[in-house]
Amino acid sequence: MRAWIISRRTAKEILRDPLSLAFGIGFPVVLLALFALIQASVPIRMFEPENLTPGIAVFGLSFVTLFTALLLAKDRSSALLQRLYTTPLTARDFVFGYTLPMIPISVCQVILCYTVSMPFGLTPSVRIIPAVLLTAPVCLFYIALGLLFGSILTDNQVGGICGALVTTLSGWLAGAWFDLKAIGGAIEKIAYALPLVHAVELGKSALSGSYDGVGVHLAWVLGYSVLAMALAIPLFIRQMKRQ
Amino acid sequence: MNAIEIRGLTKQYKDVRAVDGLDLDIRYGELISLLGINGAGKTTTIKMLSCLTRPTAGDARLMGNSILTDSEGVKKIIAVSPQETAIAPNLTVLENMQLMAGVHGFSNGEEPQKIAALCETFGLNTVLNKRAKKLSGGWQRRLSIAMALVCEPQILFLDEPTLGLDVVIRRELWDVIRALKGKMTIILTTHYMEEAEALSDRIAVMRAGKAVFVGTAEEMIAAAGADSFEDAFVRLVKEEKK
Repeated sequence: MRAWIISRRTAKEILRDPLSLAFGIGFPVVLLALFALIQASVPIRMFEPENLTPGIAVFGLSFVTLFTALLLAKDRSSALLQRLYTTPLTARDFVFGYTLPMIPISVCQVILCYTVSMPFGLTPSVRIIPAVLLTAPVCLFYIALGLLFGSILTDNQVGGICGALVTTLSGWLAGAWFDLKAIGGAIEKIAYALPLVHAVELGKSALSGSYDGVGVHLAWVLGYSVLAMALAIPLFIRQMKRQ
Repeated sequence: MNAIEIRGLTKQYKDVRAVDGLDLDIRYGELISLLGINGAGKTTTIKMLSCLTRPTAGDARLMGNSILTDSEGVKKIIAVSPQETAIAPNLTVLENMQLMAGVHGFSNGEEPQKIAALCETFGLNTVLNKRAKKLSGGWQRRLSIAMALVCEPQILFLDEPTLGLDVVIRRELWDVIRALKGKMTIILTTHYMEEAEALSDRIAVMRAGKAVFVGTAEEMIAAAGADSFEDAFVRLVKEEKK
């Protein structure tokens, strides 16, 4: 019940922040429009919506890390968290309070990305539903990263690390708008040792209707999500005790 | 009846002893001011009493609950208004109040009445649906203190409640604090001597983590052999520096 109170507050803080809306919704939409524009002016098929949309959906989720980390880091630097630490709230209430509302926000962001892709050429199909559902597990990974960075960084540092580094790396390591196999080498190996490209592959598989290898991709994503959460929770509790 | 019993409370940070074997009894319904120069140990004492920081040694009992062994019990009966304004910026005034009522586990039945009464007392009704970040500093501080009272605490910690506020708003907050006297135990820290003198039942002057004087304002002036409250405080503080 108390976690629910904190969850509602987290959701309101994020949804009422114009920057969150601008980046979380606006940026992926602008990217989709941009790639559609580029595609329209080149003769070869570079940015097929069926390949591009799952990548942009995963890339867009990197902003969830930014929102979560920024809110937590700001709360830590203000006296609000200190005040809340003197109430009967437990560490579990806080972890759930920061994590749970981000799940529907992330899923809505993915749905929006797929919806916006339709006018840009994505064929409306029931396959979009499993594509959205299979993208959902990586939300947990990004939320955990947000909890982790928000627990150890200041709000200024979060801006640099999550706002620039995490988003840029997400774009590259997810192969959000290009084929990693075409690049090959170390970048491909590193990317496939991380969960993001697997999350993109899950979306692509669902859209194509071919579920070969879905189990492996899902295992990568879920494994990293659990690992990130297992790292983030003790770090959150450590900063809570330091207060 | 003592609301707070502090025994040998100590906090050591590496080579700095912020609070050094503090002993103090505070009666129920009393307003006591903790005075001292920066670094005297006031805020650290409040942090330990409110279970934000664990003491290195000693213990304190708040309404019988130990800060060492029953922090959960302590947190149910206290409220803290921190030095900095502690509000959720994107929530409205009403939502901020509801947030505090919710974390203290009030049911929807009793919550609206308590919030309405507090908003009336603090004059917050005119800004009830305004987002907290859009309020002026004085209104934010008012809200911050009102939020501390939602849970109807038995012990209230006010850490520099009027810091940085203009004289009119400060006086208004004094009236609010006066109205709370007797209903709960209040521990106030402040750098404003006139505030401590005007509001306190007793004053504890801290230096180097110890309480060097505990008594009424009149007793403090007499003990220091000074002409005024501020002079008495300065003398007590200067002794520390010798």
